[in-house]
Amino acid sequence: MAIRIALAGNPNCGKTTLFNDLTGTNQYTGNWPGVTVSKKEGTYRRDKDVTITDLPGVYSLSPYTPEEIVTRDYLMSDAPDAVINIVDATNLERNLYLTTQILDLGLPCVIALNMMDLVEKNGDQIDIDQLSEDLGCPVMPLSALKSRGTEEVVAKARELADADKVPATKMRFADDVEASLNKVIDIIGDRVPAREMRWTAIKLLEGEQLTTDKLQLPAEDLSKIAVIRATLETVMDDDTESIITNERYDAISNMCTTCVKRTTRGMTTTQKIDRIVTNRVLGIPIFIVVMFLVYFISVSTVGTIATDWANDGLFGDGWLYTNTEEYDEATGDFEAQQEMIGAYLEAAEEDGLDIEPAEAFLALEEPAEDAESADLAAYAQAEEGFDAFMDDARAAGIMGTMEVEDEDTGEVTEETVNAATFLKAVSAEEPDPAEFGLWHPGIPVVVEEWLTAIDCAPWLQSLIIDGILAGVGAVIGFVPQLIILFILLGILEGCGYMARVAFIMDRIFRRFGLSGKSFIPMLIASGCGVPAVMATKTIENEKDRRMTVMTTTMIPCGAKLPIIALVFGALAGSFYEGTWWVAPLFYFLGLAAIIISCIMLKKLRAFAGDAAPFIMELPAYHLPTVKNVLLSMWERVKAYLVKAGTIIFLSSIVIWFLLQFGVYEGAFGLLDTEMDDYIQYSLMAGLGNGLAWIFAPLGFGNWEGTVTSITGLVAKENVVATVGIITSLGEVGEDDPTIWMSFATMMGGTSVAIMAFCAFNLLCAPCFAAMGAIRNQMRSAKWTWAAIGYMTAFAWVVALIIYQLGGLITGDVMFNVWTVIAILLLVGMLFQLFRPMPKYNKDENRKAQATLDAHTAA
Amino acid sequence: MTDQGKTLREVPIGETATVRRLMGEGALRRRIMDMGLTKGTPVLVRKVAPLGDPIEVTVRGTEVSLRKAEAEHVLVD
Repeated sequence: MAIRIALAGNPNCGKTTLFNDLTGTNQYTGNWPGVTVSKKEGTYRRDKDVTITDLPGVYSLSPYTPEEIVTRDYLMSDAPDAVINIVDATNLERNLYLTTQILDLGLPCVIALNMMDLVEKNGDQIDIDQLSEDLGCPVMPLSALKSRGTEEVVAKARELADADKVPATKMRFADDVEASLNKVIDIIGDRVPAREMRWTAIKLLEGEQLTTDKLQLPAEDLSKIAVIRATLETVMDDDTESIITNERYDAISNMCTTCVKRTTRGMTTTQKIDRIVTNRVLGIPIFIVVMFLVYFISVSTVGTIATDWANDGLFGDGWLYTNTEEYDEATGDFEAQQEMIGAYLEAAEEDGLDIEPAEAFLALEEPAEDAESADLAAYAQAEEGFDAFMDDARAAGIMGTMEVEDEDTGEVTEETVNAATFLKAVSAEEPDPAEFGLWHPGIPVVVEEWLTAIDCAPWLQSLIIDGILAGVGAVIGFVPQLIILFILLGILEGCGYMARVAFIMDRIFRRFGLSGKSFIPMLIASGCGVPAVMATKTIENEKDRRMTVMTTTMIPCGAKLPIIALVFGALAGSFYEGTWWVAPLFYFLGLAAIIISCIMLKKLRAFAGDAAPFIMELPAYHLPTVKNVLLSMWERVKAYLVKAGTIIFLSSIVIWFLLQFGVYEGAFGLLDTEMDDYIQYSLMAGLGNGLAWIFAPLGFGNWEGTVTSITGLVAKENVVATVGIITSLGEVGEDDPTIWMSFATMMGGTSVAIMAFCAFNLLCAPCFAAMGAIRNQMRSAKWTWAAIGYMTAFAWVVALIIYQLGGLITGDVMFNVWTVIAILLLVGMLFQLFRPMPKYNKDENRKAQATLDAHTAA
Repeated sequence: MTDQGKTLREVPIGETATVRRLMGEGALRRRIMDMGLTKGTPVLVRKVAPLGDPIEVTVRGTEVSLRKAEAEHVLVD
C-alpha cells in the first residue's frame, strides 16, 4: 500500500539529515505551486511504497511566512498518512512548541527526539516514556547523524498510519482558556470532524482569518465567538493569540520540569565559539578572513583552475596535466622565434627586398613523402623561391631588430636577428603538448577531426562545433566552479556560520532592503555572476532574495574587466597617466548602481513594506556531514544544469546562427569566418542595423556598437572579441593599442560615447549564463523578465545620462530632445531616491491570505 | 500608549529581564512569540553585533538574534 509520510520540525533540527538518510539519492526537489519554497520529496530506501516529504523548517504553524503556509497547508489539506515530527532534544522547549500545534491537527504522529546522543553527552536526562505519555503519542530517540533509530521511527509511523491512530495529548491549558475553548466547540457542533476539533476551536478563538473564512460560519456564531474571546481577553488581560502561545509554552515548561533532568553547566560550546566569532571587535576581522577564503578558493585559485580546465581543456584545445612549465617555456621560445621571423622579414622589406616568396613558403606546410606529386612540386618551387630570397638577404646583410622584455626585471632590450638565427627560427617546430606529459585533447578538437574525417558538410560541422559544443561547453564550463562554491556554502550553512553572517552584516544591508546574507553573492559576483546568482539560494526571505538577484550582476565580473580595459585604453590612448581613474570608476559605478537600484526598487509596491523581521535563531555550531554538504551541492548544481543549462544552450545556438549565416554576394548561406570582415554580411549585422536606433541617443547607434552589445549577452568576454572581428583585427587582446584606436574610431571617437557604451555593457542584462541562473532563482518567468528588463532599462538610462549630459559639458553633444529626456529621467531617479517611503496597505493577514489563495488556486 | 515602560532594547548587555508584554501586531509580534519570548519568560541580553545592531539574546536555552527596532516591541520588567 502506498503511504505518505511528512517530516516536520524546526529549522536546524536535523530534518534534512534524516531526510537524506531515509531517501538516499532517491529525492527530487521542486517548488510548491505559487510560492518559492522548495519542495523535497523522495522514496524510502527500504520500501519504494513509502513517499517521504521534507516540509520546510518552521517554528510555528501561524500563516505568516511562505514556509509556514506551505507546511500548514500540506499538513491540513494534503493530509499525509503520518507525520514524523523531528525534535531537537538539546533544545526541547522551543521545539515542542511546534509539536503542540502539530498534535492538535489530528494526524497520526510520531515524535523523533533527535540528537539524543548530545543530550546524554551533556549529562542531561530525558524521560522518554513520561514525555510520550504527556504528549499522547509515541516518542522515539534518534540520531539522524549516525543514522541510529531511523528505521524504527519510520516503522512506527507506518504502524500508526495503518491503525490511523491520532494523538491523544494530555496537555491542557489553564481552566479559563479550556472553558472558552469548550464553548467554541459547542458552537462549531458537527461542522468539523472530531479529530480536527481542537485545532479549529483554537483558531476560531484566536480569530484567525484563514480558518474563519474556510468554515463560513454564520454571522450569529461569529459574534458569539467574539464575545467569548472578549471575555477571555478581559479576564487574562492579554489578546488571545498571546494567551494561547503563553499557554502552550507554559504547558511545555511544566512537562519539561517533570521529564527533563538538567545538570547545571556553564557556557555551551556554541556560546564559547560565538564569544569569539561574533565578538564586537573580532567579529568583523574573522568575517573578512572567512569571506576571503571563500572568494580565494572558489573564485581566485581552485575555481579558476577548474574553470580553465573545463573551458580550455575539456571544451578547448586540450589540457596538459604534467610538465606544464617546460611546455610553457617551449611555447614561449617558439613565440619568440616567430617574432624573430617577423622582425627579419620586416627589415628585409625595408631594405627593398621582395619578401613575398619567403612568406609564401612559410605559409606552406611540408607535405608528407607520399603526398601527391603536384603538392610536392609546389613545395619544391616555393622552397627555391625562399632560397633565392635568403641569398639576396645574406648578400644585403639584413639584420632585424626586435624588443625583448625580460620577464623578471621587465627591462626591455633590443635584440638583433641575423640570417643564421632567422633560419633557425624558420626550422623551429611548434611544441606539441602531447609530447610533454599527460595530455588530453579537448572535445571540440576530437570531434572536429572526426567530422573532417567523415567529410561532414561545413554548415553541419559549424553547427556541431561552434553551435552545439560551444553551447554545451558554456553550460558545463561553470560546473566545476559551482561545485566548489556550493561545497563551501554548504559547509558555511551546515556548521551554522551562515546565520552569523546575516547577524554581522545585517545593519549595512538592511538599509538597502537586502539581507546580511546578500554579502556573499555580491562578493562572488566580482568573480562571476553565475555562481553569485546561484548563491542567493541561502537567503530565505523572498523579497531580499529577489532584490539581490536583480542587482548582484551589476558588480563588474571577471569577464567585464577586458571591456573596462578596452575602454580604458580607448580613452587613454597614449595618455596613460591622466586616465588611471577609469577602472576604479567603473567598479564604483557598479556599487553605486546596486545601492541606487535597491533604494529605488524598495519603494515599489512589489518590494514595499518593512524589512523582513530578523528574529531568527543562531543555531548551535555543528560539524557538517560530508553527505549533507555533497547532497546540497548536487541539488543546486542539478538545478543549474536543468533550469539554467537549457537557456544557455538554446541562446548559444541562436547566436551562432545569427553570426555564421548571412547574405554574401547575393546568396544566403554559411559565411566564411576566415574572411576578415565576414561579420558585416551576417544576420547579426542586419539585426544590429535594425536595433541601432535604440542606442542612437546613447552615442553608439551604429550596427557595430549594437552587435557588440548583443554578442556580449553570450558572454561578456565576447565584447572585445567582437570588436576585434568587426574592426578586422582578428584575435587581438584588450591591451593591444591597435584595438584601442579602432574601437575609438568605431565609437565615433568621442569619449562620452565610449563611456556610455561601457556603462551600458556593464550594467545591462548579464550574459545568458547569468540570465539562466536568474531564471532558476526567480522560479517565475514574470520575475525573470522583470529582473532582466529592469537591468537593461536602468543601464540604458544611465548610459543616456552619461552621453547626453556628459556630452553637453564636453561639447560633443548639442542640446536636443534626448538631452531633455535625460534630464527628466535624472530628475525622476533623484525623486524616487529621495522621496519618503510611500504608504501601501500592508495588512499582513490579507497578504498571507492572497498568497494562500494563489497557492490553492494553483 | 506612549509610556510603555522599559523595552528589551534598553536592557544592558549581560543582564536578564522578564518579558512583560508584547507590542505591535501581525507577523512580527507572532514571530517574537513563536521564538519563545512570551509573558514571564526570562531573557538574557547576550551581546550586540559588531556593527551595533542587531542584538543576541538567550531565551529558553537558545540563541536568538533580533534587531533593536524589533526589541522595542518587547516590554520587560
